[in-house]
Amino acid sequence: MENPLFRLIRFGWGLISLPDQVKRLIFIFVLLLIGWFAIRSRLVPETFGEKGHYRRAALEANAALPVAYVGQSDCVLCHEDVGDLKRKSYHRSVTCEVCHGPGAAHLEDPETNLLFQPKERGLCTLCHGYNSSKPTGFPQIDPMLHNPNDPCMMCHNPHDPKPPHTPAECGACHGEIARTKSVSHHASLACTLCHETQEIHKENPRLAIPGKPQSRAFCGTCHGETADSPKHIPRVELDSHGNGDLCWQCHYPHYPEVF
Amino acid sequence: MEHLFEQLQQNFSQIVGYIYPNEIELHWGILIVVYPYITGLVAGAFILASLERVFDVKEVLPTYRLALLTALAFLIVAPLPLLAHLGHPERSFEIMITPHLESAMAMFGFVYLWYLLVVLILEIWFEYRGDMVLWSRSGKGLKKYFYYLLTLGSLDTSEKALWFDQKAVKFITIIGIPSAFILHGYVGFLFGSIKANPWWSSVLMPIVFLFSAIVSGISLMILVYGITALFRSKQIDMVCIDKLASFLFYTLIIDVSLEVLDFIHRVYESVESIHIMEQMISQKLFISLVVVQLLIGTLLPLTFLAFTKLLRFPDELKRLIYFVTAILVQIGIFSTRWNVVIGGQLFSKSLRGLTHYKMELLGIEGLLISIGLLIMPLVILAILIKILPPWQDRTAAVS
Amino acid sequence: MEKRQDGIDRRKFIKDLALAGTVIFIMGPEVKGAEIGEGEKSETHLYGMGIQVDKCIGCGRCVYACKEENNVPREPFFFRTWVERYIITVDQEVLVDSPEGGINGFPEAAKEYSILRSFFLPKLCNHCGNAPCVQVCPVGATFTSDEGIVLIDDEYCIGCRYCIQACPYGARFLHPEKKIAEKCTFCYHRLGRGLAPACVEICPTGARIFGELRLRSSPLTRFMRFNEIQVLKPDLNTQPKVFYAHLDGEVR
Repeated sequence: MENPLFRLIRFGWGLISLPDQVKRLIFIFVLLLIGWFAIRSRLVPETFGEKGHYRRAALEANAALPVAYVGQSDCVLCHEDVGDLKRKSYHRSVTCEVCHGPGAAHLEDPETNLLFQPKERGLCTLCHGYNSSKPTGFPQIDPMLHNPNDPCMMCHNPHDPKPPHTPAECGACHGEIARTKSVSHHASLACTLCHETQEIHKENPRLAIPGKPQSRAFCGTCHGETADSPKHIPRVELDSHGNGDLCWQCHYPHYPEVF
Repeated sequence: MEHLFEQLQQNFSQIVGYIYPNEIELHWGILIVVYPYITGLVAGAFILASLERVFDVKEVLPTYRLALLTALAFLIVAPLPLLAHLGHPERSFEIMITPHLESAMAMFGFVYLWYLLVVLILEIWFEYRGDMVLWSRSGKGLKKYFYYLLTLGSLDTSEKALWFDQKAVKFITIIGIPSAFILHGYVGFLFGSIKANPWWSSVLMPIVFLFSAIVSGISLMILVYGITALFRSKQIDMVCIDKLASFLFYTLIIDVSLEVLDFIHRVYESVESIHIMEQMISQKLFISLVVVQLLIGTLLPLTFLAFTKLLRFPDELKRLIYFVTAILVQIGIFSTRWNVVIGGQLFSKSLRGLTHYKMELLGIEGLLISIGLLIMPLVILAILIKILPPWQDRTAAVS
Repeated sequence: MEKRQDGIDRRKFIKDLALAGTVIFIMGPEVKGAEIGEGEKSETHLYGMGIQVDKCIGCGRCVYACKEENNVPREPFFFRTWVERYIITVDQEVLVDSPEGGINGFPEAAKEYSILRSFFLPKLCNHCGNAPCVQVCPVGATFTSDEGIVLIDDEYCIGCRYCIQACPYGARFLHPEKKIAEKCTFCYHRLGRGLAPACVEICPTGARIFGELRLRSSPLTRFMRFNEIQVLKPDLNTQPKVFYAHLDGEVR
C-alpha cells in the first residue's frame, strides 16, 4: 500500500512535461536557492542596508571611539594663567597638547596622570631647527651653533617665546643667511646696507618687514660701469644688461656668483 | 607580528627612490599569483573541451571528458588561495550574503557558483549520467548506491533520454563558452579596472588574461593526457595530440600578439608612468618578465612548435617536444601571472620608486602553501578519474 | 481631535518654514544636497580639509598626534597621515622623502644638492567623493557616510586588501594585528563631540584647515575662496575633499 502523499507527488511529477533529468535538477536547484535565502536572512547583520550598502552600526562604532586630544579650551579651564600668557604670545596658535601630549587621561584624573613636560632641546628644534625646506620667514636657529649646551627654556619661555634680550645682530635670527653671506664676496657688507630695517623689527619682526633694493641703480652704485668703487668689483652696463629685471631676481646677493 | 615588522624593516634597504610610507608592505603575494593561474587553467581546459562538442573538432575527443574533470578539479581549488590570503577568512561568507554590486570582487561568488554549478557540474552530470546508471546497475555494495546517488535517481537509459543528455551537454557547452570567458575575463577585469595602478589599468587586460588562459589550458591538457596515457600504458593518440599542439601554437601566437600590442601601446603613448615601468622591468622584473615569460615561456615554445610543423619528426621526438613545450608554457604562464600581480605592486603609486617582495617560505601566505594548492587539483583530478573514468578509447582504436 | 492635530501641524509648519527661511538666509540659496525644509536633515554636514602647503614646517606633530589619537601602530610602516618633503634641484631633479612618515621631523637635506625650491607636504586620506576604495569593497565594509567621510567597518572587513590596491594615494594599510584595512577617518569620533581632527587641532602653524564645505562661511570655505586650490591626481576623477593651496606640480 503506497502512502497517498507519495502518490500525489508522483502524480504531480508526471504532470510537468519536462524530461525526468531536468525535473530532478530543478528540484535540487530550488532546494539550494531556498537554502541560500534561508541562510542569508539569518546572517545579514541587523543594521545592514539601513543607510546604504553598509552596517549603520559601524557609524556608531566609529563615533564612539575614545578621544585622546581634548583641545586647548579644556586646558585653560584650570590653567587660566598660562592660557592668558600664551594667548598673547607668538605661540598663540600652538595648542598646549603639541608639546605636552594628549590630555584626555590628565583631564580624567589630573593628580595621577601627569602630562609630559619637555625640557630637552629636541622638541623645540623640531619646529625651530633650521631646515632649508621650511617656509621662508619661519623663525629657525641652527641647533649646533645656537647655544648648543643650554636647554631652550633657559632663555625662552615656551608659553611666551621672546628672545631674552633684543638681538644685536641680524644673524641671531637669520643665521643661515648670515653664514652664507659670511663666506661670499659680500661678506664685508652690512645687512642694513641693502635691507632698510626699522629698529622695531628686532622686537616685533612682523610689525615692520625690512625692505629690499627696489632699483637696478642701487646695485649700480658698486657694479655700474661708472661707479666709484674698487677696480676689482665686476661691472655691468646697467642699461643693456639683463631684461630690465631687478638684479636680485637673477643673482643671489647673499652668495653672488664668482667670476 | 614581530616577524612582519622585521621583514618590513628589511624591505627598507631594498627601496629605490620614494614610495608612500604605507606601500612598504606588499599586500598580494604568491597566493594571489596562484589564483589567476588556476582559474586560467579552468577556463582553458573547458574551452578545449567545448572545441569537441560545439565546434565538432573530433580529433580532440580523447581529451574531452578528461578536460572537463581537469577543469572541475582546478575549479574546486580556485577559491582556496583567495580564502587563505584573507585577513578574516571566517567572514568570507559576507561576500555571498551582502555582495557590493559595484565591486568587481563581489561578483566572484556569483561567477564562481554559476560556473561550478550551472556549467561544469551540470555538463559532467549529463555527460556521465548514462554511464553512471550502468555503473550503478553493475556495481556491488556501496558502489551501487554511490552511483545511484550521483544519478539523482534519474535512471532512464532509453534512447530518447540519452539523446536528451547529449543535447543538454551541447546546450550547456554553448552557455559554457561565454561563461568561461567571463570567469577568466573577470579575473583580468579585477586587475584591469584598478585605475590607480597604471601597470594593471588596461582594457586589454581581460582579453590578455583570456588568451593566456586558453594557452595554459591546452598545454595543461597535453600534459595531463600524456601522463595519464603513460600511467595506463596506452598509446598516445598522435592525431589528437598533434591537434592540441596546433591549437596551442595558434593561441600562443594570438596571446603573444596581444601582449606585444599592449607593450607597444604603452611605450608609444609614453605617459607619466612609463619611466617607473621602465625602471621596474629593468631592475625588478627582468628575469621573470624578459627571461622567463618572454624567452623561455613564449618564444622557445613557439620555435619548438614551429619546427614540428615545418619539419617531419618521428612521433617519439614530436611527443617529447610537445611535452617539453607544454611544461615551458606552464612556467611561462605562471610567470605571466607573477608579473601582473607582483609587478603591479613593486612600484609606488607616487611613480617615484620601487619596493620589494620577499616571498615567505612557511606561513599561510608562503611558498609551501602555494605549492600545496597547485598539487591539490592534481590529487582531486586523480580521485575524479577514479570515480568517473573518462576513457573513451574506441576512437583511438580506430585511428 | 482632528482639529487639534491640524492646529499642531500648522504651528509646526510655520515653525519649519521660519527655520527653513533662516537656513536659506545663512547658507545662501544655492546650497545643494542639504534638504532644506525637512527640518533636522538640513543640518547634514559635508566635511573637507584644506592644506596650506607654504605653512607646513615639517615638524611631524600631526603624524604623531594621529598615531596617538587613533591608536595607529607605532611602527613606521603604518600611517593615517604622513608628511613628505620635496626637493627640486637646479637640474630639475625631484627628490622626495618621508623618513618614518616625518614623525620625528626631517634631517637637513644633504648639502650636495643645489636646491631650486623645497617644501613639505602633509598627506592623508582624501575622502574622495568618487572613492575607488568604496567602489571595490566586495562586502560593504568601507563606505561613505552622509558627511562625506569614508569610513571602515572594523567588524565587517574581510581583509581582502582590494581597497588598498584601489587607493591611488597610498592612504590605506592593513592593521598588523586586527588584519583589517585602516585609514584616516577625519577623526570621525571627534567631530561628533565638536572637536576638529587631531592633526588639525595639533598643527602649530595652522597649515591644516578643517570645516564645512557647504556653508558659505566656514574656515574651509574662506580658505578656498582666498587661495588657488588644487587636489591630488585630479585626472583619476576621485573628487578628493582634501584641498591644497599652492600645490607644486611635482607632487604626486
